[in-house]
Amino acid sequence: MRAGAYDVVIVGAGIVGAACAWACASEGLRVAVIEADIIGGGATGAGMGHLVVMDDSKAQFALTRYSRSLWQQLVTELPGDVEYESCGTIWVAADQEEMEAVRQKKEFYETRGVPAEMLDAKALRMAEPNLREGLAGGLRVPGDAVIYAPCAARFFIERAQSRGAELYLPRVVTGITAEGVRLNDGTVIAAHRVVNAAGTWSPMLTPGIEVKKRKGHLVITERYAGFVKHQLVELGYLKSAHSMTTESVAFNVQPRRTGQMLIGSSRQFDMEGKGVDANILRRMLGRAAEFLPGVNRLSAIRSWTGFRAATPDKLPLIGPWPGHENLFLATGHEGLGITTSLGTAKLLVDQLLRRTSEIPIAPYLPSRVPESVHA
Amino acid sequence: MNNSRRSFDVLVVGAGPAGIAAACCAAQAGVRVGIVDNNARPGGQIWRGETQDSNVADAADWLRKLASSRAEILAPMEVFAQPEAGRLTATSSDGVCELGYKKLILCTGARERFLPFPGWTLPNVMGAGGLQAVVKSGMDIAGKKVILAGSGPLLLAVGAHLRAHGADVRTIAEQAPWSRLIRFGMALASRGRKISQALQLKKRLSRIAFRAGCWVVAAEGDGKVESVTLRTVHKTWREPCDYLACGFHLVPNTELASLLGCELRGGFVRTDEFQQSSVSGIYCAGEPTGIGGLELSIAEGQIAGFAAAGQRERAQEYFGEQKSQRRFSMALERAFMLRDELRPLASAETIVCRCEDVKFGRLREQSSWRAAKLQTRCGMGPCQGRICGPAVEFLFGWKAESARPPIFPVAVESLAATACAE
Ligand SMILES: Cc1cc2nc3c(=O)[nH]c(=O)nc-3n(C[C@@H](O)[C@H](O)[C@H](O)COP(=O)(O)OP(=O)(O)OC[C@H]3O[C@@H](n4cnc5c(N)ncnc54)[C@H](O)[C@@H]3O)c2cc1C
Ligand SMILES: Cc1cc2nc3c(=O)[nH]c(=O)nc-3n(C[C@H](O)[C@H](O)[C@H](O)COP(=O)(O)OP(=O)(O)OC[C@H]3O[C@@H](n4cnc5c(N)ncnc54)[C@H](O)[C@@H]3O)c2cc1C
Repeated sequence: MRAGAYDVVIVGAGIVGAACAWACASEGLRVAVIEADIIGGGATGAGMGHLVVMDDSKAQFALTRYSRSLWQQLVTELPGDVEYESCGTIWVAADQEEMEAVRQKKEFYETRGVPAEMLDAKALRMAEPNLREGLAGGLRVPGDAVIYAPCAARFFIERAQSRGAELYLPRVVTGITAEGVRLNDGTVIAAHRVVNAAGTWSPMLTPGIEVKKRKGHLVITERYAGFVKHQLVELGYLKSAHSMTTESVAFNVQPRRTGQMLIGSSRQFDMEGKGVDANILRRMLGRAAEFLPGVNRLSAIRSWTGFRAATPDKLPLIGPWPGHENLFLATGHEGLGITTSLGTAKLLVDQLLRRTSEIPIAPYLPSRVPESVHA
Repeated sequence: MNNSRRSFDVLVVGAGPAGIAAACCAAQAGVRVGIVDNNARPGGQIWRGETQDSNVADAADWLRKLASSRAEILAPMEVFAQPEAGRLTATSSDGVCELGYKKLILCTGARERFLPFPGWTLPNVMGAGGLQAVVKSGMDIAGKKVILAGSGPLLLAVGAHLRAHGADVRTIAEQAPWSRLIRFGMALASRGRKISQALQLKKRLSRIAFRAGCWVVAAEGDGKVESVTLRTVHKTWREPCDYLACGFHLVPNTELASLLGCELRGGFVRTDEFQQSSVSGIYCAGEPTGIGGLELSIAEGQIAGFAAAGQRERAQEYFGEQKSQRRFSMALERAFMLRDELRPLASAETIVCRCEDVKFGRLREQSSWRAAKLQTRCGMGPCQGRICGPAVEFLFGWKAESARPPIFPVAVESLAATACAE
């Protein structure tokens, strides 16, 4: 391969690498994508596929909102197997204290242009009759949606390929150098820029980046169309997502286009094995049944686990890696990388082309000095 | 939901011939034995519906032995997960049962292999074993035109059984060529018992057209199967029928073994001569270790039962039988190897995964089983690839992997009940 044959080499064909490849190729850049396994076989194939605006921090909100709008612009182009369902989210409030939080959440969303609707106890039961009685209410966010991420990643790669991008698969990148990347078969692929989009594997290629594995469990049921109509998430979800040390579970149930339900979610640090942990499963399913008692009698067909790429401040790393002229990062998306893949790709391209982005980039730059992590 | 808890020195999963033999031997050795099966009564595939008074001598003998042994029969009960080493969870009619064990013997048997061809999803196209089972449980087959197609000794056994129930069995189409069957027959000739079984079958099958080197290429019909297109290397023709029963030999049920971490080799559970798997204390006997038929299953069950109960010397008494039956098993495998002509039968529109309606055309574009799963949902339905997995393996050479709990669909609350002891 001739030096500088590519403008950009992207490591990883998860949904983030795939979206970056498409965005780069659309700008006329010569792109190569290198994937060790199969398209979408990492976190992308294990996650839930909820496209959701989240307000854990202002920066997270800005990126998820921006990304969701990019998904909405894409809807008519998505092939059927991406299974885009604009089901919306309901954040479920258990008691009056949580209803107060719902009010604040609504205000936060609406003042930033994201429609959201308060549901009182009765409206919540009308919307989701299988939720247990006695819940205080909730917040419906109608613009949120659900997709099947592995097919979305494949679709992005196909789009990139139609604009000239080349896919190397299965090929493992063993090192990133000033010239490009080196593969396990000894080949060197030369490129002006390298993008590390290897998810939880990214620190192996770029030592020093603060990305840790955070394990999650999911369970899928047989088909029960209409059992739930929205993605249902307990308001306390962010508390679970937030805790950096302990293991936690939260009620998070998703209707699939097939009529199946995906039941989550759990978070554990310092777990390497992919095995299903019976205790976590019990707690997670128990939590789901507290909100949705009827779920107990539905038939479960499989459980599995996946790893999120977590950063200390819960924001992804997008942009140049200081000290390495040619190296860019697009990793660390924790539990939101399906959603934020499209926003990430835009921000990354803007960085590569030294353009100003539509949203402030500073909070996601790898060079950022993280704000003190609030409790 | 009730949760109960039982503990055994030796727990046997599966109450077919291998499991029954294992349980009897272990119990004979004086340890506490439990034997689980998801059917209401012991017997497995081959002895389903038989009783202690059966005129099938083996069945009657072993069922009597089991009944008079101290082994506790736990049925119907389906093992679906192992929350921690030494403890399985099973669903029973009244909730989840936890089954503690010191030694475990897996005797989970085999299932038929199906291959996709145009029309295989039409009503009244069934598995050979499946059709036999519904006839055993009372369906009237008298006077119905039946064609059997596929491969393996099972076709003959089912043909004879259906005929005894009055079916008009038109043709048995065995894909293996005569040349291989004859070689197999010679191997049989060295063992009197097998040959007399074969002769008996032959008698019960007289006047049925048995065609070797013949295979199904399509099933046709409006709303249900009405005819079948058969082929040999020389010609292709159509035959009318009411039922088409198919089965392309057997594939082992190894899901539980994989879930427990037992090493597989060539698709079968690898064991030492005492039937112990790669996981210490977990034994495996019968079809999951290699498709070898009744005698091998019983021999392996006896070895596993004694070995698991700590009586290795008594186990060794069956080594001779085990070895000789394994030779038979290898001859069986060679004889009924699937021919290449079966691969291109499916058209782009033929459904391969029935749970998720995945067509052959879409699978053909994939690079591996996992890519196919992720991109087309093949094997992701309730059967978790039990049916399409072996077909896909034959068609594309992709190995299905990764058993995850539950290995059978169970209620969410049952799955939730699989926590570790605290
Ligand atoms: C939205 C959604 C819906 C889903 N719906 C269903 C459903 O309806 N039914 C269903 O069954 N599943 C469903 N799944 C689950 C599913 O795709 C997989 O089960 C999941 O991706 C992970 O499962 P697993 O851990 O069992 O790994 P699998 O993907 O089943 O298997 C991974 C295997 O690959 C091996 N492997 C991976 N990388 C390497 C490597 N580099 N070298 C060697 N070996 C490797 C692993 O060891 C492992 O054995 C769904 C997933 C999603 C995202
Ligand atoms: C249980 C769970 C639930 C989730 N739910 C949601 C949700 O509802 N909504 C949401 O938005 N997000 C969700 N996520 C998060 C989301 O799945 C991830 O953030 C996202 O998939 C990350 O994509 P990625 O492309 O960065 O990583 P991955 O999909 O992991 O892709 C990385 C790729 O890089 C490849 N690779 C690694 N090393 C090399 C190498 N050396 N050479 C070549 N290739 C390499 C890997 O094979 C892999 O394909 C969830 C995650 C989990 C685990």
